[in-house]
Amino acid sequence: MIWQTWSDFIAMGGYALYVWGAVGTTAAALALEVAALRARRRAALDDIDVIVRMKGRV
Amino acid sequence: MRRYAGFFLNANDVSNMTPPTSQAAPFRTPGRIRWLGYASPQAFYPVAGRLIPWCAGAAVALAAAGLAIGFLLAPTDHQQGDAYRIIFVHVPAAWLSMLIYVAMAFWAGLGLVLNTRLSAMMARALAPTGALFTFLALWTGALWGRPTWGAWWVWDARLTSELLLLFLYVGFMALQSAIDDPVRGDRAGAVVALVGVINVPVIYFSVQWWNTLHQGASVSLRAAPSMAATMLTGMLVMTLALWAYAIAVVLARLRCIILERERGAAWVLAPGARS
Repeated sequence: MIWQTWSDFIAMGGYALYVWGAVGTTAAALALEVAALRARRRAALDDIDVIVRMKGRV
Repeated sequence: MRRYAGFFLNANDVSNMTPPTSQAAPFRTPGRIRWLGYASPQAFYPVAGRLIPWCAGAAVALAAAGLAIGFLLAPTDHQQGDAYRIIFVHVPAAWLSMLIYVAMAFWAGLGLVLNTRLSAMMARALAPTGALFTFLALWTGALWGRPTWGAWWVWDARLTSELLLLFLYVGFMALQSAIDDPVRGDRAGAVVALVGVINVPVIYFSVQWWNTLHQGASVSLRAAPSMAATMLTGMLVMTLALWAYAIAVVLARLRCIILERERGAAWVLAPGARS
């Protein structure tokens, strides 16, 4: 561990905006991609459920 | 010695008595993996589903390890201070942006030549993740450039060719989504992907070919690494983490594409087939 205090870690030697900006954007982007894929899978499964129900009625 | 000679003679006799290969061949077949069997969307859908949790788990574990090494153990750089820590997301994202493009062009090209549906779907599944990593490479690069160069952006060969990569991804996706017939869209996209693949070596070698503001390669196969061992380890572990993430996400998107495209097919409508 190279940090003496918690606030040293947060401050990143004065580059907090840049370092945490890079890490935060990356984490947020990956989380959004996973959420978007969950929604896409849900929508695809719902569409197929509609087809299955229509076929069952015929 | 004579006994050995006799042994070999007997062995030859036995081999002479074995049936010709045309008859022996069927016995070998069950042991071989039928790779082309997985080339159908129906067969690959459950395989992808089984791979995703392993890749996702590996991504989480490797990211935790990589971030701990990069942000808790790696020393502060004597020139760049702690700003250099952006490397732990920037370089893995940039590598992946190029690697995914090559994979996308490979699968698109394979689909174009062999007319295999799954390869074209794989190319479509790779594109958004590749575009995202290209954006992240540019974004984290801007956040690194500002404190070290004094500029968010410069029209340098490395940055410009990476921006062109983003446009190639966007062009590939826009073209495919603009064509209603999926097979025609696959073919048109494949041509764009294959033409654009020329840009990947241009990005990679840009720092050697031109006098760029961007620093040279961080890691090279020919030279000893130019950074501390903990820094290098953190970067490589983060690279593996993002690879595992990308594989998981691309397979999940591939499953969505298979469901969307094959929704009229009997296997998709069968109960329990979509899990």
